[in-house]
Amino acid sequence: MKKKIHYSTIDGNSVGFYALVAILGLVVAIGLGAAYYMEHHGHWVTGMNNQIVWGMPHVFAIFLIVAASGALNVASIGSVFKKYLYKPLARLSAILAIVLLAGGLMVLVLDLGHPDRLIVAMTYYNFKSIFAWNIYLYTGFFAIVAVYIWTMMDRTVYEHSRKVGIFAFIWRLALTTGTGSIFGFLVAKQHFDAAIMAPMFVIMSFSFGLAIYLLVLLYAYRWTGRPLGDIVVNRLKNLLGVFVAAVLYFVVVKHLTSLYATEHHGVEKFILMDGGIYTFLFWVVQIGLGSILPLVILFTSLSKSRAMIILASILVIIGGMAQIYVILIGGQAYPLVMFPGMEVSSTFFDGVVGQYSPTLPEALLGFGGVAVALLAVTFAIKVLRFLPESLADNVIDPHFVTEKEAG
Amino acid sequence: MSSKIKTPLEETVDSARRGFIQKTAAVTAAVTLAPGVILHQAQAKPADEPVSSAQRWGMLIDANKCAEGCTACVDGCNKEHNLEGHGRPETDAQWIRKVSVKNRSTGYSFTLPMMCQHCETAPCVDVCPTGASFKRVDGIVLVDKHICIGCRYCMMACPYKARSFIHEDTDDQMPYAPRGKGTVESCTLCVHRVDKDGEDAVPACAEACINDGHEAIVFGDLKNPNSRISKSLKKYGGTQIRADLGLNPGVRYWGVS
Repeated sequence: MKKKIHYSTIDGNSVGFYALVAILGLVVAIGLGAAYYMEHHGHWVTGMNNQIVWGMPHVFAIFLIVAASGALNVASIGSVFKKYLYKPLARLSAILAIVLLAGGLMVLVLDLGHPDRLIVAMTYYNFKSIFAWNIYLYTGFFAIVAVYIWTMMDRTVYEHSRKVGIFAFIWRLALTTGTGSIFGFLVAKQHFDAAIMAPMFVIMSFSFGLAIYLLVLLYAYRWTGRPLGDIVVNRLKNLLGVFVAAVLYFVVVKHLTSLYATEHHGVEKFILMDGGIYTFLFWVVQIGLGSILPLVILFTSLSKSRAMIILASILVIIGGMAQIYVILIGGQAYPLVMFPGMEVSSTFFDGVVGQYSPTLPEALLGFGGVAVALLAVTFAIKVLRFLPESLADNVIDPHFVTEKEAG
Repeated sequence: MSSKIKTPLEETVDSARRGFIQKTAAVTAAVTLAPGVILHQAQAKPADEPVSSAQRWGMLIDANKCAEGCTACVDGCNKEHNLEGHGRPETDAQWIRKVSVKNRSTGYSFTLPMMCQHCETAPCVDVCPTGASFKRVDGIVLVDKHICIGCRYCMMACPYKARSFIHEDTDDQMPYAPRGKGTVESCTLCVHRVDKDGEDAVPACAEACINDGHEAIVFGDLKNPNSRISKSLKKYGGTQIRADLGLNPGVRYWGVS
């Protein structure tokens, strides 16, 4: 008979725990300091300019927001698709979704020209703007996932968890569609303006979110000494492999479609061949390190090693950051096509590739957002029962028989 | 010597008296010294009257008359709005710029001023989350600096690269062109002149171009069939930059293809 899953808070009183909290707290503090520095002096102290208006903070923010909705997938697979193996993993999935979104939004807001006008953003709406819709999608996500966690944790309302889970699943699809549409709806830029952006961002979220989930799960169980069996880990790593392949498929389709249309040849040549850092990031980091190598690790005997699964997850995250960097910064760096077929020049950098070098404060703000998410999840698993005491194979699978039992 | 502290009522009376004297003096001076100006202002739209969709302000730019190397329009705009840069071209604001264009196949080249095209369906207005980027009913696209949160999505959306983000503190702003660090700005079509002089208005760039002897920029009401701009467009047509996007810009060009 299947054993009952017991959840408990982590002890959180070891030196290691406090060291982790202290380090993450320091990174958050440095990130906030960086944001203050940039806001105080103005954005000219960053690498951003009138050509590249969204820089490194947006890469972090978009990555975290996309990963947030993806982190919820593990819970959705349990609730919506009734895969019971995933049920014990659901609580961590939901809280991770909330904290990643919080980290991403913090970075996004602190990079605004006027973060002090957050209340304006919450009170003035232009409903034709996908940004305005996203404000609702993000805040709604917090509320819905919080209720979802409540229904999973409180036995008196547990019966509602599937309904809420389905709603949260639909909401998260809408949220990532909204994030992808920030680019899909931009007619001006050659590299954006494509309907495929929305579903591509959805599938990217599956991949990035699961990679982060796997890392948090593996390290949480390793550092707390709780058992984590191969059944769960193998299932998740196989799923990660499928998601990585799916992202690759969308990337191929997007570029093939653009390569077919003559008007996009310029920007495709830029990204795929002549773009310098963007071409390098695309082929070497996004495709090579972030897609092919993880696939090789995850779908070969290499993945028998937990260390290799950790490496694959880290590579997926690095590849994902590179992917967003190439889409976001590369897409802006390629000059606007105001006069097709003509050579253009001006004092405002028309017709030339936009220059952007991320500065330290921008990166520090981004890492601050990551640290906020990790700090919050560390705190959450200490105060509430998010983690099962055991995810050992014999706990998770009723049919599991040890070698000893099998004789 | 001790000074008497005024009560709030005395303050109010004082300020009202001061205001009355100032206004009387201003009116007297204006009537005595500049009757022509007053007469002219009386013909323009009163400041408290809303703008009307009966007009659509626009510009017609003749690239054939636009001289290579001439930056009179840019200088005129910069002076009018005090767009003093900080010597950092990547981050300094440019409301209007001269763009040089050369046809790769024919070798034909021309130069033109590029600025906010005051689109009828402006992408910057569509994407702005707060509505700070807005279009007046008379077609002028502006930024409400009070509710711009500095997200820069409008800059991502503009097909003309017409907008600048204010990357640092600005000094000596003009009262009719408020600017603020952390917000986005662009050509206002010299809205302060338009509101004052209506159809007789001449934006600073057009004025500078006239003063330099080129007269490449014509400002006017696209909805008034008798305006110079409408007559010219009716007779010779005009080119929209990125017409494929269907944005119906208020700025039209000659000699750009």
